[in-house]
Amino acid sequence: MAKSNEPIWWSLFSAGGMVAAMILPVLIIITGILVPFGLVDDDPLNFERIYTALSQSYLIKLILFIVITLPLFHWAHRFRFTLVDVGLKSVSTLISILCYGGAIAGTIIAAIIFLRI
Amino acid sequence: MGKKEMSTYHRPFPNTWWLKRKPYVLFMIRELTSVFVAGYCIFLLVFVYKLTQGADVYGNFIDALKSPSSVALHFIALAFVLYHTITWFNLTPKILVLYKGEERIPQGLVAGMFYAGWVVVSVIVALFVLGM
Amino acid sequence: MAETMKLEIFRYHPEKDNEPTFQTYEVPFLEDWVILDAINYIKDEIDGTLSYRWSCQMGVCGSCGMMINGVPKLSCAVFLKDYYPDKIRVEPLTGFPVERDLIFQMDDFMTKLTEIQPYIIRNKDEEKPLDEGEYLQTPAELARFKPYSMCINCMLCYAACPVYALDSTFIGPAAIALGQRYNMDSRDHGRDARQELIASHEGIWECTFVGECSAVCPKDVDPAAAIQRAKVSSTIDWFKDVLIPWGKKK
Repeated sequence: MAKSNEPIWWSLFSAGGMVAAMILPVLIIITGILVPFGLVDDDPLNFERIYTALSQSYLIKLILFIVITLPLFHWAHRFRFTLVDVGLKSVSTLISILCYGGAIAGTIIAAIIFLRI
Repeated sequence: MGKKEMSTYHRPFPNTWWLKRKPYVLFMIRELTSVFVAGYCIFLLVFVYKLTQGADVYGNFIDALKSPSSVALHFIALAFVLYHTITWFNLTPKILVLYKGEERIPQGLVAGMFYAGWVVVSVIVALFVLGM
Repeated sequence: MAETMKLEIFRYHPEKDNEPTFQTYEVPFLEDWVILDAINYIKDEIDGTLSYRWSCQMGVCGSCGMMINGVPKLSCAVFLKDYYPDKIRVEPLTGFPVERDLIFQMDDFMTKLTEIQPYIIRNKDEEKPLDEGEYLQTPAELARFKPYSMCINCMLCYAACPVYALDSTFIGPAAIALGQRYNMDSRDHGRDARQELIASHEGIWECTFVGECSAVCPKDVDPAAAIQRAKVSSTIDWFKDVLIPWGKKK
């Protein structure tokens, strides 16, 4: 039986799932509730502050890059199997290409954008 | 005559199987949280992109966060992502099986450590992003 | 007149029927009857043509698994009173071909069970002669695999698994859990031999962790956890192979 390459996708899925579980809820609360409803002082997302933070620290840039890209692979793997589970197994190769391809494309686009800061 | 092949009946398994029972529906919701996870990550990517387009473009983008549709989408995404977080931490102790001698460390305790870590990480992220 | 209850039972006769039908039987309702008691009553008193498997009537033989209102259960372990006064629908376990009535074909599971090599495998040169006694094990070593050893091969986990129902090439919950039971046994050296099958696509990687296999297991084996843990260890193997390709390959 052929050796499976699933471990690479599964480990990206797991890492992305952990990052998403740990970090996304608080970010959504910030951008979806705290900032729009003015529940925090001094407009914390103002351009100067965020741009400076990102452009001056490779570490912050790297963390945000990971927070954006790893969950894309989490989605790719989970959504791929969701589609298979609802009976699309006959086109599973195409599904894999679209899902992982999407996550890889997102990662490349993210890399290009991040290099511009 | 040779041995007659037994004819068996193969029941159809509909692609709507996941609607048939509550645990399957909850499973499907859990799987679909990934769509909102990815959706929000794309939003974050747009956020960074707008940042590269200068203060005006970025300012308009931040103003648009106040729009009802943005707030509504954030609320929906929050519900799904929280469901992801809860199911993720509840399932982790099944995979992370720890023993102290003969005794397995209770799953609730392992999950509790993840929840505690989540609170700590969330507070750190909030303090950092909000600059307090 | 005493209280009664209705059972709607899946009927299929391979020589007469092209399609299954449902037949409704009325049985006495007794507080202490399990569903298997009611089915035995039907067989003895109402309709001797009804076919089904059963043996121990005490939840250890694993032969009386049926779909009870769509949920896989041991019919000897569910009481009528938990459903009274509603009608109970009884079907053969999902995911398997039906031979007759509630009897399904279990050949596929039996083949997979054999393929997973669920027995202790020793390295040839580490086999000790009988007169040197047993391979000893500490209670802590036993605790690592004991829950997985409780499996009674009742196949409820297969019936709960949509992945198996959609594509029966998947090895499935019980067989993988039993593989893990031996992989985690301190006396066993057979992990590499089992890994070929377990780490294949049809092994653990088709599993999407629906988790219902563990929910329906009458012995709390938790096959879903066994599969996820096998994913972790197979992933570690994979990275070891890729990162140190010259390392420990026999």
